[in-house]
Amino acid sequence: MTAPAIELKGISKAFGPVQANKDISIRVMPGTIHGIIGENGAGKSTLMSILYGFYKADKGEIFISGTKTEIPDSQAAIAAGIGMVFQHFKLVENFTVLENIILGAEDGGLLRPSLAKARKSLIGLAEEYGLNVDPDALIEEIGVGMQQRVEILKALYRQADILILDEPTGVLTPAEADQLFRILGRLREEGKTIILITHKLREIMEATDTVSVMRRGEMTATVKTSDTSPAELAELMVGRKVLLRVDKKPAAPGDVVLDIKGLRVVDDQKVERLKGIDLQVRAGEIVGIAGVAGNGQSELLEVLGGYADGTGVVTLNGQTLDLSGKHSDGRSRRGRGIGHVPEDRQREGLIMDFSAWENTAFGYHRAEAYQSGLLLNNQAIRNDTAEKMARFDVRPPNPALAAKNFSGGNQQKIVLAREIERNPDLLLIGQPTRGVDIGAIEFIHQQIVALRDQGKAILLVSVELEEILALADRVAVMFDGHIMGERLSSETDEKELGLLMAGVGS
Amino acid sequence: MDFLTLIQLLDSTVRLATPLLLACLAGLFSERAGIFDIGLEGKMLAAAFFSAAVAALSGSVWVGLLAGIGASVALSLLHGLASITFRGNQLISGVAINFLAAGLTVLIAQDWFSQGGRTPSLMGGARFEPVSLPFAEALSAVPFLGPVYSELISGHSVLVYLAFATVPMTWWLLYRTRFGLRLRAVGENPAAVDTAGVSVIGLRYAAVIICGVLCGIAGAYLSTALQAGFVKDMSAGRGFIALAALIFAKWRPWYALWATLLFGLFGALETRPDVIQSLIGIKVQGQLLAALPYIMTVIILAGFVGKAIPPRAGGEPYVKER
Repeated sequence: MTAPAIELKGISKAFGPVQANKDISIRVMPGTIHGIIGENGAGKSTLMSILYGFYKADKGEIFISGTKTEIPDSQAAIAAGIGMVFQHFKLVENFTVLENIILGAEDGGLLRPSLAKARKSLIGLAEEYGLNVDPDALIEEIGVGMQQRVEILKALYRQADILILDEPTGVLTPAEADQLFRILGRLREEGKTIILITHKLREIMEATDTVSVMRRGEMTATVKTSDTSPAELAELMVGRKVLLRVDKKPAAPGDVVLDIKGLRVVDDQKVERLKGIDLQVRAGEIVGIAGVAGNGQSELLEVLGGYADGTGVVTLNGQTLDLSGKHSDGRSRRGRGIGHVPEDRQREGLIMDFSAWENTAFGYHRAEAYQSGLLLNNQAIRNDTAEKMARFDVRPPNPALAAKNFSGGNQQKIVLAREIERNPDLLLIGQPTRGVDIGAIEFIHQQIVALRDQGKAILLVSVELEEILALADRVAVMFDGHIMGERLSSETDEKELGLLMAGVGS
Repeated sequence: MDFLTLIQLLDSTVRLATPLLLACLAGLFSERAGIFDIGLEGKMLAAAFFSAAVAALSGSVWVGLLAGIGASVALSLLHGLASITFRGNQLISGVAINFLAAGLTVLIAQDWFSQGGRTPSLMGGARFEPVSLPFAEALSAVPFLGPVYSELISGHSVLVYLAFATVPMTWWLLYRTRFGLRLRAVGENPAAVDTAGVSVIGLRYAAVIICGVLCGIAGAYLSTALQAGFVKDMSAGRGFIALAALIFAKWRPWYALWATLLFGLFGALETRPDVIQSLIGIKVQGQLLAALPYIMTVIILAGFVGKAIPPRAGGEPYVKER
């Protein structure tokens, strides 16, 4: 019997009082794709960082192809044939593809021979695995899908037999993700071993041969993918039964809350991003905006949220909204009853170094209850935040903790709590569950549906088609600054929406 | 303006540009590796003092040069310790080095020589003498090219020739060698270097040491070639002008040469107000010329003449992340 490509025995790692990995053992056979799934903070990344020499395990042994191997640093990992594709790419933006590939793996002190050799070997790799890239393109000029290929090529150029991919599809479009999985399939056929870290059940089911589930630093199960189901995996991840479908009653739409007519937005580079949008959102309904990222959804949220200028006519409860000028900012919008959960919560929704209570006050810091004469009543804000955190199940429920110290899901709950608890007439939500783990997704979806059932209007933007179909009552598909079509979500499917997203159809 | 005045003006441009060029390239190495260095001024000053002092004591300018380089590298390592090893703020560390050098040089000079914070005047072998290139005498009679060769190109200190040779060497090192690739990478995205199995700390220390060596030569040039001895604060803001030139040059070696020559020309014109007056008919204040490098840098930074994009990881200590 062949030795496993990777075998970890009893790996433990603690950061202070937090036990990130507890006695983890795992065997990955050569020529297979092995998934590791778990919620954010379950210890997946720590485990892989130990394997790549970023951290040293407190206890435990690593065997590569049957040989006990010490991996004190990245160099040792590379020497052992391990390549890693990080979630955030480690590429030099203003270098060419070729320069990035040889960086750290040059032959000799002069660049020319190294570059020539890499160019040749790149052609070979492109043929062998279907990994075509332009070797002379600058990284900053190619798309994320291409950049990811460069990361894979970097590992292959270093003769990696074991490839670790950390949340590889987080930044990819569905089509790019499919392409990635085809490439991974090719790599497997050539005998490479692949570890795929993800929190998306669908990817595990589609791409892997075996899957290990991690929860709170422990490996809870390792199963053959063909012997399991998404529901079982979700339960193993979260530790309880999870509803994968959103439980909701049919919508009972009321009056038109938001009415958009002929909305146009031109960006700083004078490119027209919105080319005349007409859309209505009624009370008590969720309207989902589907589309591949970059087709104008962000601009739509920005102009409605008051931080981009536009032209056209937008009314809220029958009254006109200013789309530019001094009554077109976040403060005025909030005053008019628009809550906004921005797409990029870490840049637009929160200040990462500030505490949860400070973040909870942002945008609403002029609220009566938060004042104490000329000063802010910090104690009142803290108490209010603690109550909100309890209602939204934010963990840990500590208002003094900096936003960056919460997991993605809990950060999102802080933003949601801030916006929803102000009882807005219209809630704008961008990418509600991006980078959020399954347990939290379920909770966030329930909150959004509950708000709808209170008769509020909700405009939801998401690049996850599944999420749109599950949550929205009505779906509008955006393509190239236009709305390509609207469908009732009960009367459409992914295929039809996918065509609209690609600009095909009515 | 006659031909000879022009030659004189350019000759003095070359002399004044030399310390700027060396300091500018010093800063280039450091900043390309992601370590901002506003301590160029202090390092030059320390090197100027120690090279003059040791040259005076030993009688050999070469021993003096080594001492100057040693002093400058020591301050570089201090900057490295603060900003690379301890991940401190690079600007604060640089400012501290400037103050340290300004105070210590005068203090030690007074203690050693008791001449009011200066070193004795350097003579003979304790000073870099002008080098006469071959046939300079013989060719000086040739029209046009003769004076250019004998007056402008010949007759500088050996450090001037070294400074100009450093430009192609720097270019070659940065763009044609493995070390250069890694150095540029570490200033742009240290995580890429780290995950490729190369030491970020090692590269950055190498960069600040090269920076120290070049600054040391620049400082030694001031006190043992341009002048004959050290006087208080003799670097006179050249470290900052070199930083301005670095931005003006967009962190590129050949551009650095042109930028420092231009700023050197301003310096040369400052001493010859008559030339400007005869050229444009207006009397220009010397102070305006002295401020011109800074004004031009502000214009460059404002984006009027192309974009000056600093190394992306500049000023940020590298912290390994998960």
